Amino acid sequence: MFDQFAGAFDLRAGLILAGSSLASMAVAVALDSAKAAPRTTEFTLANGLQVLVIPDHRAPVVTQMVWYKVGAADEPPGSSGIAHFLEHLMFKGTEEIPPGQFSKIVAKNGGDDNAFTNHDITAYFQRVAKDRLPMVMAMEADRMANLRLSEEDVVTERNVILEERRSRIDNDPSSILQEQMMAALYTNHPYGIPVIGWEQEIAALDRDDALGFYKRFYAPNNALLVVAGDVEPEEVKRLAEETFGKIAPNPSLNGRVRPHEPKHVAPVRVELEDPRAGRLTVQRYYLAPSYNSATPGEAEALDLLMRIAVKGSTGRLYRRLVVEQKKAASAGGWYSDSNLYEGKLAFYAIGTDKIPAAELEAALDGVIAELRDNGVTQAELDRARSAFLAEFIYTSDSQSRMARHYGWRLATGMSVADIDAWPERLKQVTVEDIGAVARKYLVEKNSVTGVLTPAPARTSRGSEQPAHAVAPDRS
Amino acid sequence: MEIKRVKSPGGIEAWLVESHDNPLIAMRFAFRGGAAQDPIGKDGLAYFVSGMMDEGAGDLDSLEFQDRLQSLAMRMDFDASRDVMLGNVQMLTANRDPSFELLRLAMTSPRFDADAVERVRAQIVAGLQFDENDPQEVASLAWDRLAFGNHPYGRAIKGTMDSIEAISAADLKDYVRRVFARDKLLVTVVGDIDAETLGRKLDEVFGALPLNSTLARVSEASPPLGPTREIILMDVPQSVAQFGHRAFSRKDDDFMAAYMLNYIIGGGGFSSRLMEEVREKRGLAYSVHSNLFPYQHGAVFVGNVATKNEAVAQSLDVIESELRRLAEEGPSPDELANAKSYLTGAYALRFESSSSIANQLLWIRIEDLGIDYVDKRNEMIAKVSLDDIKRVAKRLIEADRLITTIVGKPVDAERNAAPG
Repeated sequence: MFDQFAGAFDLRAGLILAGSSLASMAVAVALDSAKAAPRTTEFTLANGLQVLVIPDHRAPVVTQMVWYKVGAADEPPGSSGIAHFLEHLMFKGTEEIPPGQFSKIVAKNGGDDNAFTNHDITAYFQRVAKDRLPMVMAMEADRMANLRLSEEDVVTERNVILEERRSRIDNDPSSILQEQMMAALYTNHPYGIPVIGWEQEIAALDRDDALGFYKRFYAPNNALLVVAGDVEPEEVKRLAEETFGKIAPNPSLNGRVRPHEPKHVAPVRVELEDPRAGRLTVQRYYLAPSYNSATPGEAEALDLLMRIAVKGSTGRLYRRLVVEQKKAASAGGWYSDSNLYEGKLAFYAIGTDKIPAAELEAALDGVIAELRDNGVTQAELDRARSAFLAEFIYTSDSQSRMARHYGWRLATGMSVADIDAWPERLKQVTVEDIGAVARKYLVEKNSVTGVLTPAPARTSRGSEQPAHAVAPDRS
Repeated sequence: MEIKRVKSPGGIEAWLVESHDNPLIAMRFAFRGGAAQDPIGKDGLAYFVSGMMDEGAGDLDSLEFQDRLQSLAMRMDFDASRDVMLGNVQMLTANRDPSFELLRLAMTSPRFDADAVERVRAQIVAGLQFDENDPQEVASLAWDRLAFGNHPYGRAIKGTMDSIEAISAADLKDYVRRVFARDKLLVTVVGDIDAETLGRKLDEVFGALPLNSTLARVSEASPPLGPTREIILMDVPQSVAQFGHRAFSRKDDDFMAAYMLNYIIGGGGFSSRLMEEVREKRGLAYSVHSNLFPYQHGAVFVGNVATKNEAVAQSLDVIESELRRLAEEGPSPDELANAKSYLTGAYALRFESSSSIANQLLWIRIEDLGIDYVDKRNEMIAKVSLDDIKRVAKRLIEADRLITTIVGKPVDAERNAAPG
């Protein structure tokens, strides 16, 4: 099969890589195999900085990640995009680091660096040889407290971000549809506002907005440091105390209190016709709790439900719509399970040539109704559970994926103990539990349906064809 | 890291990095041939084959095969690139034997059942319809047509609507018979397996393949000199442009210097000149970068930029003048030193996971660089001098000879535009 569409949607929706989807929850296979669980060490500095160390001595490299517990959903009304804008501006410099030199210094030292923002978190990372860890740690600590911004840098970067918005959203109708669907799904919670921001609000952001957001949220007591790789906890602790440890906490932090979604009373439809759509696509979102917002056990049941329903070519949705009914060219979905507040269940189907939208939507409805009315089988549950557990072995093969996996969960409300006990909690889930969450959350009034329809042809050239895949960096 | 050369009893060679830290095995392999072996009129055949490899084999139909993959928690992906068909397999040690058995079935008796063929065909066609509306895809494909013309590299790896419709199950089988042969097979393995066991598994998985492939000869490509500028109108707020020209092959003595030069031009993220001039100084684009593609039968230097329609002309002017300046003056001593320290220092980052190590080793084999390349590579970079790279800048960069494709509604970008 070609899994070319799977993941494309959640990848494009935010500004982030798909680091927090289903598979990354599969933790601690230890309980099911002879292999020991990853040895993690957690501690907190006196100023409140939370630190997690994940040793992996196979290669002489380390991954450092700093996670700020702030994202686009924490922005002041009218300033959408400021969390992401600030993420860009964090590369501009400090008293120690000249303007525009941050990434260049990392590169001169043989390292890679970048950052990403979503609704709940903002994360910065470097991958370097282990002897450069003290240097990049000092640099991260420096920009936690000493950011310097010139008016000119801010204006130039704002134009860059407007171009980024054009690339990610405006040039791509399926991203436009998803932006509209999110706005419809979250009527009160700021998840309805795009991470990159609305265009006219981005255009009005300035230096004061950025520095105000920075001073309010960037502080050791609002951050998590994760170091994975060829290093021991004692050394990380010493280095962290010498660098981040010198920064004063922000006493006025008052947690992330945001409005909750009210009870939804009617389903919403979003229909978009666009000549660039390519193919008919039907999407469906349902409001559902995340791990952080769920009552105990519900998120685990939802996780297993969605794996059975939408994962790859063995998922129910693909089997019914693509293989049996031949109404879709591809179909899948995901569970936004790592949100701090309410998450969602997402389904999509891409039509076969010329199928009417109503027929494709009815087919999607049929599969969802089947899940809601009849639940899943014990065999499906057993298979989904072992697949989850196995995936952690693959995740644990990469220090950067481990850093991202633990960091994401810790920054959105879990403890290390929660993460490590997850396989045990998964084992408690029964087919009845899954049936119950399917009945509770796959309900029409909690849903948003999105339909993207190609408008009549308009290209000036009829048969342009796609580009080729390329080899990895190869020298 | 010790790379062992493992020879199976049946004569199949693999490179192995044994590592028992995690209970998994990562295997990568390639058959030389790739999409360049697609017959005329059957563009996309190799790509089609790559999508069929998990759609049933031996006694297992598509559904049974995919259920088996899932129950073994095994990962199996195939990908067609220009010169090679790539296989990427990961398995858990606990499921080692049945996982290799499933791979053996896929390699030696893929079924190509009619139902599965039609399903995958429909997926490719849907993908082509999306790609037709993706300015980056359109710009890239138009560029390949201009640069490679009738050479196989000028054709679309994913095929066209017409060529995909023309491909039959017999064509798919024929491709496998011609290309999946032991004389063109390259294998690398990293993880929880010893050399003796791997030797046996290599024979089990690949031993039944024919000894010799039947490949069509591929001529050497010679991209024409520009300046050529083709504009393809598409109603989008942001234009995407691709620019570039011929380059030199992996075997060329100047390749490493050219690779370093590309880092300095547009390969080095925020450290590159194009990023500095186009994004950091002027805020014209979110993304601007370049690459060197040393295909087996023709190398090219290619860059991309995405910017609002009003700013395309200015962005391309900035890019051209930077290229011209670099060709004339060469990089500064600082730029050379920075390129060396990044490229040598960051090499270790590519060896972070079992799968990424296997991938690095596979490309060393595909490009025939030798088993000691991992140890020699940083030294090769370190010894490139300022004189070398200045000379190579003049040789590589042809700022006045660019082939450029623009997709969007660019304003005032028609200079040298070819009819299109």
